[in-house]
Amino acid sequence: MKKQVKEWQLLLYIAGQTPKSVKALGNIKKYAEEHLKGIYSIEIIDLLKNPKLAEGDQIIAVPTLVRKFPEPIRKIIGDLSNEERVLVGLNIKPLS
Amino acid sequence: MQIAYIYLPKPQDVPKEKKNQILKNFSFPKTPTGVEGLDDITEGGFPKGRPTLICGGAGCGKTLLAMQFLIKGITEFEENGVFMSFEEPSDDLSQNVKSLGFDLEKLKKEKKLVVDHVRVERSEIEEAGEYDLDGLFVRLSYAIDSVKAKRVVLDTIESLFAGLDNQAVLRAELRRLFHWLKEKGVTAVITGERGEATLTRQGLEEYVSDCVIILDHRVTEQVSTRRLRIVKYRGSTHGTNEYPFLIDEDGISVLPITSLKLDNEVSSDIVSTGVPGLDSMFDGGGFYRGSNILVSGTAGTAKTTIASYFANEQCLRGEKVVFFAFEESPQQLIRNMKSIGIDLAAHIKKGLLQIHSSRPSLNGLELHLLTLRKVIREFAPNTVIIDPISNLISVGSDQEVRSMLVRLIDMLKLNNITAMFTSLSKQTDSHRPDLAEESVSSLVDTWITVRDMEGVGERNRGIFIIKSRGMGHSNQVREFLIRKSGIDLLEVKVGPKGVLTGTARQSHEAKREENKRKIEMTKERNLREIERKRQVLEASILALKSEFDSLTDNLGIENDVPQLNATDAPPKKKR
Repeated sequence: MKKQVKEWQLLLYIAGQTPKSVKALGNIKKYAEEHLKGIYSIEIIDLLKNPKLAEGDQIIAVPTLVRKFPEPIRKIIGDLSNEERVLVGLNIKPLS
Repeated sequence: MQIAYIYLPKPQDVPKEKKNQILKNFSFPKTPTGVEGLDDITEGGFPKGRPTLICGGAGCGKTLLAMQFLIKGITEFEENGVFMSFEEPSDDLSQNVKSLGFDLEKLKKEKKLVVDHVRVERSEIEEAGEYDLDGLFVRLSYAIDSVKAKRVVLDTIESLFAGLDNQAVLRAELRRLFHWLKEKGVTAVITGERGEATLTRQGLEEYVSDCVIILDHRVTEQVSTRRLRIVKYRGSTHGTNEYPFLIDEDGISVLPITSLKLDNEVSSDIVSTGVPGLDSMFDGGGFYRGSNILVSGTAGTAKTTIASYFANEQCLRGEKVVFFAFEESPQQLIRNMKSIGIDLAAHIKKGLLQIHSSRPSLNGLELHLLTLRKVIREFAPNTVIIDPISNLISVGSDQEVRSMLVRLIDMLKLNNITAMFTSLSKQTDSHRPDLAEESVSSLVDTWITVRDMEGVGERNRGIFIIKSRGMGHSNQVREFLIRKSGIDLLEVKVGPKGVLTGTARQSHEAKREENKRKIEMTKERNLREIERKRQVLEASILALKSEFDSLTDNLGIENDVPQLNATDAPPKKKR
């Protein structure tokens, strides 16, 4: 599986620096360092600054983590405190 | 002969007056909906700057009503709008409403409308931890700001519930959304699917909305009618009934049932019936303009013919006529009337006559009424003919029909339109109306009955006036014939046993002829008798005279005896 995966592009949509978004960012950084070290990038999009971008990725809830690459696109909403679900959602780890 | 006033109420007219009477100083701020009739019921529109919920089952027109609100806002009231669709993609939506004459793409290009499709795909979304719907708020806020929208539609917001798991968060967030919309000062319309026990599935929207409207799609005896009802309206009075509404090529129009009062203007103008002879049965020489006339009768008594005559007469005078035929197609009607010398096609060509044919069962009574109303509004006729009204009765129950007819007649009277209805009645012994007619008869101003008069192996048609409000009329049953040249009312023949018709009329005439001949024959015979008597007398006078002559001869006194006067003698002698 690691052969196919060259790079992970992650987008984190937030709406301002809320406790939830700070927590989400902390969480995803932690998981990524743990499982995808060196092969990932995280972009943070603040919808308050760029409201236009919300339509493109069909964002309704914040924070939303979008896995842009590898395809297919996956979305995880919430502060990402449930590690198991995040990893399963991102398809990093199969369901145990 | 044109009427000077054709008054058609504009949607805003009625509520404004009412409002001024009731709330002299204060008027609740409202946003006109642009939906025909709905502004009447809501007395001005949806609450301004507040959320309104439109709920109902599948296919009852929620999205369309919301869309019409938005588009009319842009085109008629210069209020831009945002349509946030949770169900249909933007392109589908454009296409769907295009058939109703709404061009979304154009409005989008002009920066007056934003359509945002929010897609919530459960399979794509994983929930991990706490979240809120700020993303949606941001999107909506951005859309509103980008066109400076005053109107917002959220169609159907509960799709969110299908896509997301955390119900508690959703409920809290939706509540927040409603408050947020209010703060934004936009007039919002939210649509919702109907729930089982509550108005909406979540039972939430109806409590946070300031105005709730239920749409309903009911089928009664295979005929479906859409209805609308305002359940709540904070801070304002509103019509509380169920109002039928129609979706057609111009969108939605709602018809208030009981908004009309009996204070229409009346006219003393007389319009001719078009049937030679029938005019003279009315003291005024015809019908009052703006009155309604019922022509009832059993099958084949020339009701349609009389109606066509009336239509023809009005067209000849240059007045506009709408003919609703519920039994015949326009072509059939034209052909049939041609056979008795009425050329309806010419009137159609001139644009004076419109024939609308449809089966009564095509739609419910309400829809018929709405169609009628639409036609009347667009064509502004002076005369409306409905042939036959009894067919409509088969569509609904007695009560419904009555209520529809009341509204129809009110509507016609309000516009000073002369209306003629025909009604097929069952043959009863007493020749009095059956139940179906009874529901109509008290509503109409003039009632003419055509009926069969059967006897001695033949059938004749008779016409008489049962009532004519405000006008004296003949009490006779006039016989009439339909020939190639048209209807012909015959002179009344009164025989020893009453008015005569058909062969009775002919035999009566034959008898009279015979009597006359008999009298003449007797006279002749008497004359001949007298002549014979005279001849006999004259002969005997001659004989007597010659006897006398011979007597005087014999005596030789011829010169002394005075001469007999032959002409004087016989009467003397006879005496």
